[in-house]
Amino acid sequence: MINKTVSNVHKALDGVADGMTFMLGGFGLCGIPENAIAELVRLGIKDITCISNNAGVDDFGLGLLLQQRQIRKMISSYVGENDEFERQMLSGELEVELTPQGTLAEKCRAAQAGFPAIYTPAGYGTEVAEGKETREFDGKMYVLEPAFKADFSFVKAWKGDEAGNLIFKGTARNFNPCMCGAAKITVAEVEELLPGGSLDPNEIHIPGIFVQRIFQGEKYEKRIEQRTVRKMKSM
Amino acid sequence: MLDKNGIAKRIAKEVKDGYYVNLGIGIPTLVANFVRDDISVEFQSENGVLGMGPFPFEGDEDADVINAGKQTITTLPGASFFDSALSFGMIRGKHVDLTILGAMEVADNGDIANWKIPGKMVKGMGGAMDLVASAENIIVAMMHTNKAGESKLLKRCTLPLTGVGCVKKIVTNLAVLEVTPEGFKLLERAPGVTVEDIVKATEGKLMVGEEVPEMSI
Repeated sequence: MINKTVSNVHKALDGVADGMTFMLGGFGLCGIPENAIAELVRLGIKDITCISNNAGVDDFGLGLLLQQRQIRKMISSYVGENDEFERQMLSGELEVELTPQGTLAEKCRAAQAGFPAIYTPAGYGTEVAEGKETREFDGKMYVLEPAFKADFSFVKAWKGDEAGNLIFKGTARNFNPCMCGAAKITVAEVEELLPGGSLDPNEIHIPGIFVQRIFQGEKYEKRIEQRTVRKMKSM
Repeated sequence: MLDKNGIAKRIAKEVKDGYYVNLGIGIPTLVANFVRDDISVEFQSENGVLGMGPFPFEGDEDADVINAGKQTITTLPGASFFDSALSFGMIRGKHVDLTILGAMEVADNGDIANWKIPGKMVKGMGGAMDLVASAENIIVAMMHTNKAGESKLLKRCTLPLTGVGCVKKIVTNLAVLEVTPEGFKLLERAPGVTVEDIVKATEGKLMVGEEVPEMSI
């Protein structure tokens, strides 16, 4: 077994620097790499480009990096839940590249799987396709979208083992598997880090080959963005 | 004239046994409440779940189980979770049978605009561009006119487009319409609504047959 374990978040983020491009897993606040984000805030590195479906909320998730003005550019599909984001975007401090959600996922997966680019129908005929190469296949038009290039991927899984094998939980899976192995270095944080060999190979979602460093997160707040419930039926 | 629940109720009749359905935010979400309970349907949420159930009871919320609106949800027997690439593979690969979404404008050539208003804060398209570009069977659920009383069924969209030539059917508070190569075709009118009302509220090209039945909901 090749051991991918690092003892803590500081060692996990060794090598991050100003001006780098990071992929960060999560959908809304669900399945975000909370510990890696906290460490990026602590390190105070600047001019980061973040590839992440969303930009967090004002005081959690990537919102924490926005507060410290550490992000230069966001590549996302939906950024609606964050006032500080809006302020920085309107003032021109923050560059924003909006990408259709499925295209975002596939540009990550393309990087992971060794494709230089993909053709997608999403965005054809809209401003998203402006200046991009298009091509017809079987009578339908597609837009050429290049694979992402990133320095680090920060992903969050439910369980992992020392070999870097990962298992995700619920919809916290989202972009995390697509980002594994899609950057030069993939850092996985897990709620529970287990000895190598203790996960059933049949149940592994992402094999450790896609992960360079794994650590157990110190704590997880797992904040809920839209707590929605139904009333208990009276018996 | 229909209210939002009425629109959802009418659209629910388009949901057939064995369908996998993606529901957008707003009126489309309400459709789930009106689907017949003697048919089997699975709802997909593009953040990575098939077989979505109702909201959880208080105390049962799980931060790791949400829908595309970031609301806490439950899952039903037979449900599955998957990553975002596979989720949009389901959509792009035409495995999802029906997509129901809202719109700000629809044109009589099937173009749709529902993600951006110039001059207002841009939140992003989320999965809307992928959904409209890929799905074969798209129903738009919306009010026939905007708050200013202007038609949302236009000759050409004025807002930035989400997709081109993709809408097939529209259900509004006034009517059910089909998008054809010749423009909108009026299929049904809402209870208490005349053909004249619909003609007046439609800016795009509208074809009206001899007889337009009232919709049954």
